[in-house]
Amino acid sequence: MPQRPHAARLTRRLALGTLLAGVACLGFDLGPVRAAEPVRIGLVTALSGQSAKSGEAISRGIGLAIDEINKQGGVLGRPLELVARDDEANPSKGVLAARELIQRAGVVALIGGLDTPVSMAIVPIANQMKVPFVGPWAAGTGITRNGAADNYVFRVSAVDALVDEALVAYAQKTYGAKKPGAILVNNAWGESNQQGIVAALKAAGLPSAGIEKYEANDLDMVPQLTRLREAGADALFLVGNVGPSAQVVKSLDRMGWDVPVVSHWGPAGGRFDELAGPGAARVHFVQTFTFAGNENPKAKAVLEALKAKYPAIKSMADVTPAVGIANAYDATHLIALAIRAAGSTEGPKLRDGFYKVAPYPGLIKTYETPFAPGRHDALGPADYVFSRFRNGEIVAVAQ
Amino acid sequence: MLTGILVSGLGLGSMYGLVALGFHITFAVSGTVNFAQGSAVTLGAVLGYAFGVRLGWPMPLAAAAALAGCALLGLAVERLLVRPFVARGSDAWLLATVAGGIILDNALLFTFGKEPRSLPSALVAAPVQVLGAGIYPLQLAIPAVGIAAALAIRAVFRGTELGRVLLAVAQNTEAARLMGIDVGRTIACAFALSAVLAGTAGLLIAPLFSVSAEMGALFGIKAFAVAILGGIGSATGVVLAGLLYGLVEAGVTATLGSGATQIVVFSVIILALALRPNGLLGRAAVNKV
Repeated sequence: MPQRPHAARLTRRLALGTLLAGVACLGFDLGPVRAAEPVRIGLVTALSGQSAKSGEAISRGIGLAIDEINKQGGVLGRPLELVARDDEANPSKGVLAARELIQRAGVVALIGGLDTPVSMAIVPIANQMKVPFVGPWAAGTGITRNGAADNYVFRVSAVDALVDEALVAYAQKTYGAKKPGAILVNNAWGESNQQGIVAALKAAGLPSAGIEKYEANDLDMVPQLTRLREAGADALFLVGNVGPSAQVVKSLDRMGWDVPVVSHWGPAGGRFDELAGPGAARVHFVQTFTFAGNENPKAKAVLEALKAKYPAIKSMADVTPAVGIANAYDATHLIALAIRAAGSTEGPKLRDGFYKVAPYPGLIKTYETPFAPGRHDALGPADYVFSRFRNGEIVAVAQ
Repeated sequence: MLTGILVSGLGLGSMYGLVALGFHITFAVSGTVNFAQGSAVTLGAVLGYAFGVRLGWPMPLAAAAALAGCALLGLAVERLLVRPFVARGSDAWLLATVAGGIILDNALLFTFGKEPRSLPSALVAAPVQVLGAGIYPLQLAIPAVGIAAALAIRAVFRGTELGRVLLAVAQNTEAARLMGIDVGRTIACAFALSAVLAGTAGLLIAPLFSVSAEMGALFGIKAFAVAILGGIGSATGVVLAGLLYGLVEAGVTATLGSGATQIVVFSVIILALALRPNGLLGRAAVNKV
C-alpha cells in the first residue's frame, strides 16, 4: 500500500463516491425500500424431538400475532417477519442459532423456547450483543434474574421461584400435605426448582420428605419414588418434560402408590395422557392459560383466528399446549408495542421501550405495566391456573 | 426394592441380550456386524405402532408384519451396506452400517413424526403385585421371551439343517461353498434374523415406555457393549452378559442414582474386559500358522 499512494487514494475516493451515490439513491426512494424491508424477529426453540408440539404451539402463537400486527401496518411502517431455528433442546445448538439469527439474519429481538438449559445459554449472548430476548416458556428463575448489570432478557411465562411457591401452597391447601417430597429432572431446570422448592417449603414451615433426581432418558423411576415413599411423602412435586413425567406416573401406577402429584407444567408439552395412561388425570399442573372453559371473549376470538390460520387445528387437543400459544402471542404483541414505544429497533433503545409499553389488553390478562427496570417478568402467581388432562385436552381444575 | 431391581434389570437386560444376539449371529456367520441394530429396534416398534394403532390391525398380525419389515431391513443392510464392501476386501461395511442406521433413524423421524407415542398392550393394562413390587405382566414376559429366543437359536444352530449350514459357513466359507452351500444366501439370512431379534426387542419394550424415532440408538450402543462383554462368538455368553448388564444398571440406578449409572456400568465393562479380554464366555481367536 505505501508504495502506491496515488492508487490507494484513488480507490478510497472511488469507494467514497460510490457510497455517497448509493446513499443518495437510498435517500431518493427511501420510502418504498424501507417499507419493503421487514423487521425480523428470531425464534430459537425445539421444533423436533419429544417437545416438538410445544415448539409448534409457540410458532403458531407468534404467527397469529404477527399477522394481526402486520394488518395494523406493522411496526415503524415496516412489516414484522419471523425467522425460526430449531435448537433440538440442545444448548450448544441454541447458542449457534441465536448468534446466527443476530449476526446474519439481523433480528432485532429473539424469542426463546421451552428448555431452561437452552435459554440460560442464550442469556449471556443477548446481554452482550444488546438484543432483547423474550421468553414465552422456559421458567428457570435465573433466565430473567440473571444478575447482569444491563439486562436484555424479558419473559411472558411462569417463573420457577414463583411456581414453586404456588406448588407448595396448592399441595397444602388442596391435599393437606404435611411432608411433601419432590422428584425433579437432573438439569438446570430441575436445579432451579430444587432451590425454589426448598425455599418455598421453608417459607411455609413444612418439612421435606426428600428431593430425588432422575435423568431425562431414564425409563424407570421406581427406585427414586420408593425412597420418597419410605421417607413418608404425602404429596409429590414433579418437575420434568412430558416424556419422563409420563414415566413417573407409570412408575407410580406400578408401585400402586396413589400419592397426589402437583407438577410444574412439563406434562403440558405433549400427549401426556396418551403416554402416561389413565394415571395422567391425577397430575395437577400449573398453566398460565387454557382455552378450555375460558369465557374471555378475546380467548374465543383468538381460538377462531387460530383455526382459520392453521387448518390442522381441528379439536381442542390440537391447541395443546395452550400456554405456548398464549405466552408467545402476548410476547410478540409486547415486542411490537416495545418497538413502537422505542421508535427504534436499536437494542438499547428497544430494551428501554419494553419499560414504556402502555397498558395492553392481552390474551392472558390486561398488562398494566408489563415490565419495569428490575421486574422483567410480565406474569406472576396471580396468573397461574392449576389444570389437568381430560381426553387429550388441558382443562382447569375446578377450584 | 430388590424385586424391583430384579424385574427391571432382567427385563432391560434380556432386551440388550436379544439385540446383542443379533450382533453375535452375523459375526459368527460372516465376521461382520450390523451397526444399524439400534435402528432395527426403532423400526420394530414404529412399524408395530403403525400397523397396530394407525391401521388398527390385531396386535399379533401387526407384530408379525413389523418383524417381516425388520427382516427386509436386515436383507437390505447385507445386500447394500455389507456385501459390496466385503467383496472388495474392505472394512468400510463398518461405517456403511453406522451410516445406514443414521439414515434410517432420520427417515423414521420424518415419517413417524417427532413426538413420542404410546403403544398400548393388554399386558401393561394393570400391574400385578409380586413380592411387594408392582409389575406389569409384560415385564415378566420379556425375560422369558429373551431367554427363549437364545435357547431357540442355540437349538437351531445345534440341531437343524439350517443351523449346520450356518455353522459350516461360519467355520470355513470356502469349504462350505465347495460343499454346495449358498454362502451369500446364508449370510443374508443371518442378517435378516439379526434384525428380527432387534425388532422383537423394540416391540416388547415399546408398551412399557413409548415409541419414538430415537428410542433405539442408545439400545444399539449398549447392546454392542454387551456383545463384546459376553464374547461376541458365544450366544450363551452374550445373553448372560445382557442380563448381567441390565441387573448392574438397575442396581446402580436404585442405589447410587441414575447420574452414576453410565459411569459405574462402563467402568465395570472395562474392568471385566481387562480381566477377560475375549469376553465372559468368548474363546481366544486361534492364529493358525
